[in-house]
Amino acid sequence: MKLTLQEVRHVAALARLSLSPEEEERYRHQLSAILEAMEQLKALDTENVLPTSHAIVEDSGLRQDVVIPSIEPAKALANAPDKVGTSFAVPKIIE
Amino acid sequence: MTPPVLNLSMLELAGALARREISSVEATRACLNRIEAVDARVKAFLRIDAEGALAAAKASDDRRRAGAALGPLDGVPVAVKDIFLTEGVETTAGSKILAGFIPPYDATVVKLLKGAGLPILGKLNQDEFAMGSSTESSAFFPTHNPWDLSRTPGGSSGGSAAAVAAREIFGALGTDTGGSIRQPAALTNTVGLKPTYGRVSRFGVIAFASSLDQVGPITRSVVDAAALLQILAVHDPRDSTSSNAAAPDYLSEIEGGVSGMRLGVPREYFVPGMDPQVEQAVRRAASDLERMGAKLVDVSLPHTRYALAAYYLIAPAEASANLARYDGVRYGLRAPAPGGLREMYLQTRAAGFGPEVKRRIMLGTYALSAGYYDAYYLKAQKVRTLIREDFLRAFEKVDAIISATSPVAAFKLGEKVDDPLAMYLMDVLTLPCNLAGLPGLSVPCGFAAGNLPIGLQILGRPFDEGRVLRIGRAFEREHDFAERAPAL
Repeated sequence: MKLTLQEVRHVAALARLSLSPEEEERYRHQLSAILEAMEQLKALDTENVLPTSHAIVEDSGLRQDVVIPSIEPAKALANAPDKVGTSFAVPKIIE
Repeated sequence: MTPPVLNLSMLELAGALARREISSVEATRACLNRIEAVDARVKAFLRIDAEGALAAAKASDDRRRAGAALGPLDGVPVAVKDIFLTEGVETTAGSKILAGFIPPYDATVVKLLKGAGLPILGKLNQDEFAMGSSTESSAFFPTHNPWDLSRTPGGSSGGSAAAVAAREIFGALGTDTGGSIRQPAALTNTVGLKPTYGRVSRFGVIAFASSLDQVGPITRSVVDAAALLQILAVHDPRDSTSSNAAAPDYLSEIEGGVSGMRLGVPREYFVPGMDPQVEQAVRRAASDLERMGAKLVDVSLPHTRYALAAYYLIAPAEASANLARYDGVRYGLRAPAPGGLREMYLQTRAAGFGPEVKRRIMLGTYALSAGYYDAYYLKAQKVRTLIREDFLRAFEKVDAIISATSPVAAFKLGEKVDDPLAMYLMDVLTLPCNLAGLPGLSVPCGFAAGNLPIGLQILGRPFDEGRVLRIGRAFEREHDFAERAPAL
């Protein structure tokens, strides 16, 4: 399983990671080696096996539909890199 | 010279506090002095909250004086991995992307510790977002193993294990996604417990892989681990995976011994590349348990060799989704980006995440991406089913399973950082337990050449922590490994 530079760039774009040319090359090699090691899973016949997303599934029930206090806006905004009033501010998306 | 008080177990200190032989303020100050004396070399702490801890200790002493202790461990100082949100105290999960983040609330487990009266002395170093097995991927600095400062304490809860081993603190909390409590415990001669998935709340624990993450104690005795679990094992309505089942009294049967118990020894857990000294120590531990009345049963967990590959697809896939939240909008780092929102995301994440985290985000994103989902992620989830069924089948024949915790003793800092696959192999014996959601305990069981600790792993049926602790306690009672302290 050899990843191409193009595939590395595609995955980095999906993950919203800007990579330097050195990083692209390094991850291409490292991820290729890791994925190659993962190839051994293909040897297992899992045709009739159901997937497990959580090993322990307990029905912990539904809570009562009552209002409980949550974090007040000032506290929720306290760590924001930028804010306007009671909103998080982000760089402009459309002109 | 370590002051004698710091060699006490949590329950021993609790006894001394109850008898008013020592105050919580004195115990807390002893820890602070010890940190001052050794932490420049061990580097277990990212942050120390002396003021908060001393205020909590003073309040505890007032309660003890008034005969109103909040519980048996009221006043026993602890510290927590930096992955736990602590209201008003900076929390980074070992990442630059969260530098300066001040949580607006406490994780449920932190709230439970405070509610039981335990002063929290600070935040412990870890691999960035718990991704690593050596604490070297911390964005701040690596932690050193108190038994040999040129070696790693393991990871990702390496700061927690090192601080407990170095007698800087009486006990600590860590998290375990693929071995991150048990492996550092094994490498530092401490006791580490990963409870059953769902036994302890994950609310306010910075997420790595949500179907695998679990919170647990690192201590110097099995009894202390039981006492801490007793505080933590509470249903939390804020975590939908938190169990409703009432926790048993873990201490009431812990001295019951192993007589008549059937202990499985899985042949697949004696892996190629295992240090012969580790294998020898574990086989000796097994015969010790047999001598104490347990029956050893040869068991097979045939899909063990596929667990590593399944884990390193599932965990990065979940991580890539969980870490999407670090986008420079609500908290944490925001990189300057004149080009607009998309560039801001790209630059923030490039500047904020370290190499191992980027590697796992890339791997997980790839495994989930169009065209590869079935071949990698879905395949891994199916293999997860087979691994879980292996355990359930074995537990029809045995009460618990014993093995080594880590295939090797502590390795040198820098030895594996450039070889991700070699580092991932460090989790080969611990991660199947996470895939199956089982409880797992590591207890000290000997030393390799160079005075390097070795851990025995005990795995149990879901929610059978009581029995796992009882086996660990029976072993601990017959040996003095856990009492040995590193020379610092």
